[in-house]
Amino acid sequence: MAVDKSMPILIVDDYKTMLRIIRNLLGQLELNNVEEATDGASALEKMRNTDFGLVISDWNMEPMTGLQLLREVRGDDKLKNTPFIMITAESKTENVIAAKEAGVSNYIVKPFNAETLRSKLVSVLGDF
Amino acid sequence: MNGSAQPIDFESRVEELKKERGDHVSIAEVAEVVESIMATIEGDVTGLDLRVYKELDSIAHYIQAAKSEIVELCPDDIREQHLPAASDEFDAIVKATEEATGNILDAAEKIDNEGNRLGLKEISDQVIRIFEACSFQDITGQRISKVVGTLKHIEERVDRLVHAFGAQMQGKKMRQEQSESATEDWEKSLLSSPQLPTEANKQAEIDALLASFD
Repeated sequence: MAVDKSMPILIVDDYKTMLRIIRNLLGQLELNNVEEATDGASALEKMRNTDFGLVISDWNMEPMTGLQLLREVRGDDKLKNTPFIMITAESKTENVIAAKEAGVSNYIVKPFNAETLRSKLVSVLGDF
Repeated sequence: MNGSAQPIDFESRVEELKKERGDHVSIAEVAEVVESIMATIEGDVTGLDLRVYKELDSIAHYIQAAKSEIVELCPDDIREQHLPAASDEFDAIVKATEEATGNILDAAEKIDNEGNRLGLKEISDQVIRIFEACSFQDITGQRISKVVGTLKHIEERVDRLVHAFGAQMQGKKMRQEQSESATEDWEKSLLSSPQLPTEANKQAEIDALLASFD
C-alpha cells in the first residue's frame, strides 16, 4: 500500500538547524505535513493532540532524551504503535541495541544523506 | 630512638590530618609532617632509623620538587584565564557556525523554490546536497560540547590544585606579573583575534574611529 504523503510527521531535535534540514529533506520527498518539537516534553504533548503517522527524533536532547521519549511513546496505549525513527550521532552498538530494545522502528546515524532518509522511510512506512 | 616508631608516627600524623581536614589534606601540610618528623630524629640512630630517615628525606625532596614544578605551571592562570577563555571561544564557534548555516539554508531554500518553479531537477538535486552538508553544524556542535565538558573537568582538577597550594600560587603570580614588561603585555594584547562578538567592534565603529583621526 502506498504511503499517504499528506500524513502528519513530527520531527524532534533541540538543534533548530537540524529540524530545518530534516524538514527540507522530507519536502524533497513530498512529505510536507511536518510539525516540529525542540524537546521531548513538547513532542509528547503534540503527539497527544495529533495522530502523527511518523515521529523522527534526535537522541541527544535535554532534559528528556530521545530514548526516554521513545519509551514514553511505547508505554502509552494511545501512542505505542506510532512509527518512530531515531536520528542521532550516537553510533555505538550499545546505543543501537538500547534503542531497539525500547522499540525503535529504525535508526539513522548523523551525518546522513537524503537517500538514507528515504530508504529508512520506505523501510518503516512502505513504498511511496 | 625507636627505629620502627617513625613510619607509624608519620602515618598517624597523616591520619590525624585527614580526620581534621577530610580528604583535602594539602601537599604543604603533608610536607610539614614529613619535615617535623625528620626534625625529631636526633642522637644515636640505628641502621633502620637511617633508612627511614633517608626515605623521609627523599619524600620531602620529592614533594618540594613537585610543588615547584606545579607552581611554575601557573595553574591559577590556567583556571582563571585560559580555561574560561577557551570555553568562550568554543561558544562563539558554535554560534557563528549556526548563523552561517542558517544563511546557507536561507539561500538554498530560495534556490530550491526557484528550481522547482522552473522544473529544473538538477538544481533540486544539488540543493539536497547543500541540505545534507549543512548537518555538519549539528555534529560539530555536539563535538564542541564534549570538549567544553572536558575543559570543565580540567578546571575542577586545577581548582583543587590551586586550593592545595594556596599562598604559593599567589606569590608566583605576583612575581610573574612584575617580571613582564609593560611593552610585552601591550604587544601581546594586540594578538588576541578573533574577538568574541560581544567584545568586537563592528566595521561601522572602526570606520568611525578611523574617521575621528582625520
